[in-house]
This record gives sequence, C-alpha cells and structure tokens, in this order.
Amino acid sequence: MSGLSVRDLRVVFDGFVAVGGVDLDVPAGDVRFIIGPNGAGKTTLIDAVTGLAKATGSVTFEGQELLGRKVHKIARLGVGRTFQTATVFEELTVLQNLDIAAGWARGPLTLLRTRKGVPPEVEKALETVRLTGVRDKPAGTLAHGQKQWLEIGMLLVQNAQLFLLDEPVAGMSHDERDATGELLGQLSKDHTVVVIEHDMDFLRRFARTVTVMHAGKILSEGTVAQVQADPKVQEVYLGHPVEA
Amino acid sequence: MTYLKKPLVGFGIAAVLLFVVAPVALGDFRLNLLAKYLCFAIIAVGIGLAWGRGGMLTLGQGVFFGLGGYAMAMHLKLADAGPGSMPDFMMLYGQLDELPWWWKPFANPIFALAATILLPMFVALLLGLLIFRRRVRGAYFAILSQALCAAFAILLIGQQGTTGGTNGLTDIQGFFGYDLNDPVNRRMIYFIIAGSLLAVLALTWQLNRSRYGELLVAVRDGEERVRFLGYDPANVKLVAYVAAAGMAGLAGALFVPAVGIISPAMIGVVPSIEFVIGVAVGGRASLVGPALGAIAVAWAKTALSEKVPSAWTYFEGLLFILPIVFLPGGLASLAGMIRRRRAVVVDNPPAPVEKTPVEVTT
Repeated sequence: MSGLSVRDLRVVFDGFVAVGGVDLDVPAGDVRFIIGPNGAGKTTLIDAVTGLAKATGSVTFEGQELLGRKVHKIARLGVGRTFQTATVFEELTVLQNLDIAAGWARGPLTLLRTRKGVPPEVEKALETVRLTGVRDKPAGTLAHGQKQWLEIGMLLVQNAQLFLLDEPVAGMSHDERDATGELLGQLSKDHTVVVIEHDMDFLRRFARTVTVMHAGKILSEGTVAQVQADPKVQEVYLGHPVEA
Repeated sequence: MTYLKKPLVGFGIAAVLLFVVAPVALGDFRLNLLAKYLCFAIIAVGIGLAWGRGGMLTLGQGVFFGLGGYAMAMHLKLADAGPGSMPDFMMLYGQLDELPWWWKPFANPIFALAATILLPMFVALLLGLLIFRRRVRGAYFAILSQALCAAFAILLIGQQGTTGGTNGLTDIQGFFGYDLNDPVNRRMIYFIIAGSLLAVLALTWQLNRSRYGELLVAVRDGEERVRFLGYDPANVKLVAYVAAAGMAGLAGALFVPAVGIISPAMIGVVPSIEFVIGVAVGGRASLVGPALGAIAVAWAKTALSEKVPSAWTYFEGLLFILPIVFLPGGLASLAGMIRRRRAVVVDNPPAPVEKTPVEVTT
C-alpha cells in the first residue's frame, strides 16, 4: 500500500482523548487538506505520525510501520513536516539551514570538513522556494512567509516523500499565499502532501481532497465540493450553510 | 582563499605573543603562572565548544581535568620513585605492601600519556551516552555534571592510601627525565603548554567552521527540530562533549608539571565553576573569547589575592553575574557591538534589531 495509511489511531493525554480512532488514507501524489475547528486533533494527528506524540493503532507510509519508531528514524523514512510557527535555525543562514537539512546521511569525515560551494540539491531547492537572493542572510531575519518557504525547502532537500504542512499560510499576505499555493502545485508532482489549514479560500483553490476532523474523529472526507455539501460539516465546522 | 587570511593572522599574532613576547617580558615566576593560566585556557576552549556552541553548560569539567591530571601525576610519581619502588606518600601512610593494580600501567609513559586524553574522553563518552540519550539537558545537565564532580573529589579524598587523599599527588620532581626545579625545563613546559593551546584553538576553529559546527549550533538552538531532519541530536552533542573532555584532560596533564601538584581541591566543584566563569566573561560562543576570558580571570584572581585576599570571592561572584545580565555574549561580543554602533553613526540607518539573548541555563 503506497502513500500514507492510518488505522484506528488514538492519542490520549492524561485521559483526554485528542485523537480517538482515526482511519485515514492519503494515496501517493494526493494533496490532502485536513480541516476542523480548534482542538479537533489535526496537529496531534501529525505529531503522532511523526513520532512526537505517543499513539496506538497503526500508521504506515510506503508500507513501513511508523508508530514506535523514533522521530529521527521516521524522518529518515521520508516523512517530513513543518510547524505552525516556522522553526528554522535563526542564527544560521538560509544556505546553512538547507545544507543541514540535506545532510543526515553524511559520514563523519564529510561533517568535519568545511562546506565547499552549494550542493546541487540545495541550489535547486533555493530556486524552488524562491530564496536564492537571500541565501546568505541569517534565517532569523527572513519575513514570516519566507521562513515557511525555507521550511518547505528543508523538506525538499531532506528528500521527504510525504510533506506534512501545519498551517503553512497562516499569517501570510495575499501574494505570499498565491506563491505558496503555486509551490504546493509544484510539490504535488512528485510528493504526497498533507496540509492542515484554516483558510477556506486557500483550501478551495488548492486542495485536491479534504478530510474534516472534529473532536478527535474524522467527520467527512471527499472533494472540496462533496465536503462543503455535507450537512454534518456545515453544522459543526462552519456553523451555517455555505454559500458557494 | 581570502577567508583563510584573517584567522591565520590571528594565529600568527597569538604565536608571537606566546612564544616571543611573554618569555621576554615575564620573569620565571610570572611565566610559570602564565603556564598555569594557559592550562585553564585550554579547558575554556573546550567549554566554549560544549557550552557556547553546543548549549551544554558543563559545570563539571573538573572531572576530566582531574582524570588527565591524575593520570599524568601518577606516571610522574612512579618515575620519581624509580622502577620497582612505590611513590613516597604510599610508603608514608604504610597501608600498602605493593603498588595497587590500577597504578601499574601508568608506569608506562606511552600508556600514561595516552590515558591523560583518552581516559577523560572515554568517561565522557559513557556519561554522554547515558545523559544525552535520556534527553537530560539544561539546568538538569548542569546539576548532574556538578554532582559528578563532587562525587569524584569525594572518592579521591576517601582513598587516601592510593590517591593521596586531600593532599593529592604532591611534590612532583621530574618530567620525563627533566628536572622540574631547573628554570630552563620549566620554560620548556611553558612552551609545550602554549603550543598545546594553539593546537586546541586550531582544532576548535576547524570544528566550528565545519558542517559539524553548523549542525552543533542547530542542535543548540533547536534540538527537537533537528530530530525532524533525521539527526539524532544525542550523537551531535556527544562529539562536542567528548572533545571538550579531551581538552580538559590535556589541560590537567599539562597542569601537573607546570604546578607540581594535583589535588581534589583543584578539580572539585569550585574550580569547575571557576573554569566556566572565564568562559562567560570572555564570550562563550566565540573561539578566542573563552581562552582570553579564562586567562584574564585567573590573572585577576592572582593579582587581587596578592593585594586584598578577601576581596576575590566577591569579585568572582560579580564576574559571574555581570556578563550574564549585561553582556550575555561576553567580552567577545563587544567588538561586534562597537562595529554595529559605528555603522549606525556612519550610514544612519534605522537601529539594528535587538537579538533576543540566548537563555542562560541551556
């Protein structure tokens, strides 16, 4: 079974059920948006998939079981993620950030030497995420949107096959959103992308499929139109019928 | 290769200062004191790597300094006693008929020399594996390293018959056949120490500018984030921790011939904190800051203790507090601040964005 497959996933924090038995299939090459009100368990779901939160059930990616593995081992299987607040290494330059992201497989001798030039995959990622012009700037000085793109660039050079993006366009300007959407389109050609997002306009324009979560469970799943027409979704998530 | 020029000039100046200016300008007594300070500087370079670059507040470097120092002192005591004899203090206490088994290998000079560096590194490796795999960090790491330091000193004191107890290993006369009472030989020891400091600085310089150095800073600033990039931060920290331990061990080994004694009072909790003060004053994240800070603090301690013995303790407390509150980057960050201020005056752009100070405890 290729792509991401989640079976009966449960995450419990001190008796509070954050994710209560989720089944989810994201086929390879999909652009899946996960939406839901605050506290629906969206981020916890990603935390469980990436090994950050303890969970029961089963999560497989490209046939490999992820649950029970350590965070860095899961990352090495090609599962990459970004965070709600962009977390890049602020004191290091954009180039250094990307070079580190590209390097977990490097041997000790390579590590102890100084980087000479720009590795080709880093060069390519810089262009894809449009940061070539600021590559020698400290990542801490980047604009909010650029930091999110840098994180996506880091996933690219990390050779992630599955991109889990946690609210990538939150706080972005209109133009930055458009650019991010285009970037998603580019990524989806040879990656599987899962996006957590609140922005309905962004979702309508760029989602291929949508999963709606509510109170730790999957509420609805389908295309944008199908999900929007679902009365359950209108009730709990939007609170009123959608005019679309 | 212009980016290589500046550090090379720096090394050149340091070499001239250490090998030409200092021996000419200072008398035998002061030069010998400087030799001792340079040993502290070697430890400081290691702390700069582990704490400044790696975010590990190593409050227990005395353990590794002590392991290196005792390894060297054991060999020198055995050499002083001559083949087949026991060191003087063992005869004095008279509890032993024979050299303890763990003293015996130190009669071999090559074993002893290797042990001064490899033994602390090995101990650091074991400790590090336990500590970093369990994700002990921040203040917990600092307290743990300090507790280990106290335990080590207590262990040494308790084993008076084999370690010299509170007195330590004293009255060391020779260094691989050279008489340490001869000023010429003491001068030679100084040159060995100065050369070692330069070598340690060069090694750390390369580590800092390597890909590993970038990764270490990334681990310091975002240990959890690094995991999601496929790295195990425990291994990254381990390398810096073990390297710093090796440097402390080397410093201990060189300290013994320079000072002629090693004792639990020199490697316990208080000296371990003093090693860190120099680094904080000098600027923990820079290369030469820790070394210069350590030399400056050790020099200030001697100078002040000579004039007003009781004042040193208060001054030392101030030294620890002031840089942490007012100058988190240490004296090394002053240069950058002045440069930035000048740039503001010249170009008059909007004030530079204040960087948030790195948390002290990590």
